Amino acid sequence: MSEFVHGLIRLRRGPWEMVASILIALGVFMLMQPFVLWLYTWSFLVILVGTVGFIVVSHFPEDP
Amino acid sequence: MSDAPMDRVARATPAGAARRIRGLSDRAIAWIFVAPSIFLLLAVNIFPLIWTIRLSFTDYRVNRPNRDVEWVGLRNYERILTDDDVWATMQATAHFLIWTIVLQVLIGFALAWLINKKFRGNDLWTTIIVLPMMLSPAVVGNFWTFLYQPQIGLFNYAVAFVTGADPASFSMIGDVHLAPWAIVIADTWMWTPFVMLICLAGLRSIPDSIYEAAECDRASPWRQFWTITVPMVLPFLMLAVLFRGIENFKMFDLVVQLTGGGPGNVTTLTSIDLKREAFERWRTGYSSAYAVILFVTVFGLASIYVKALNKVKDR
Repeated sequence: MSEFVHGLIRLRRGPWEMVASILIALGVFMLMQPFVLWLYTWSFLVILVGTVGFIVVSHFPEDP
Repeated sequence: MSDAPMDRVARATPAGAARRIRGLSDRAIAWIFVAPSIFLLLAVNIFPLIWTIRLSFTDYRVNRPNRDVEWVGLRNYERILTDDDVWATMQATAHFLIWTIVLQVLIGFALAWLINKKFRGNDLWTTIIVLPMMLSPAVVGNFWTFLYQPQIGLFNYAVAFVTGADPASFSMIGDVHLAPWAIVIADTWMWTPFVMLICLAGLRSIPDSIYEAAECDRASPWRQFWTITVPMVLPFLMLAVLFRGIENFKMFDLVVQLTGGGPGNVTTLTSIDLKREAFERWRTGYSSAYAVILFVTVFGLASIYVKALNKVKDR
């Protein structure tokens, strides 16, 4: 866990890609879940942040 | 001058053209060759995408080209993301997507595993199994409409034979609870062979020596399946899921032919709803915003999926 946080602080690709992937997956779940309209309303924003984030962080350096 | 292909081409080039080309750098010549492809890519893919994003912030209607176009900001997105009907469409798409992928992967893998065993008539069975995939989705939709007929449909008779129910007592495409399953069954019938072929390629790529070594170590068939077969076929399976996932997210023709999105809206998938907004209600700006939402969703999902696929391949 501390390695993960360290990677985030040092702007490493692996942990940041993980964060972006979690955001995308969460957004898709929010978009298609049948329970709460509020989650559906905010789903696109979450997916968009995750997708744009994924494109940006995939240019971060790998862990040596 | 030698008779090498390069020299023959040089001799055959007209003097004027040769003079012009001789003055260009390698980089310039490379650009000349690549430029048509880049131009086509920009014209066919990138420009429409940028134009769609621009239209999504307006109230443009393509059936009224002379009307003034008003900039509406995020209003189209706000309307889509607070609309109960669009939300229901997303849920119908999720149901279709999840169940078709689960069924196609399970049945496709099982069929591939069986076909991979050497038996008499193996090739004939492979050909018969892949036949549905070669048909047009419109034909398959029509074909299943007849199969699902309550009075004469073979599907109803088959279900009645197994369950003992009256074949005319249920209608697969007329019942709000059964219609979502009707499209899942038809799509699974059509596209399971595709998943089977990809899995078969994976199974045939596993060297026999690995199984022989496992047998020497007295590994049971069950253990061989979980520790050799599944991990080695996994990248192929993931590829099949990616292809089917993207394809089913934009599923249109089969479902339109089979149920037309009904009864009510229970089988209205996002692509069908999008087409209605764009070309029946002519709300171009609104449908552009809808298309952008779907594009970003598929793009995001494909990104994480390709990352996972690369991880599995690197293992």
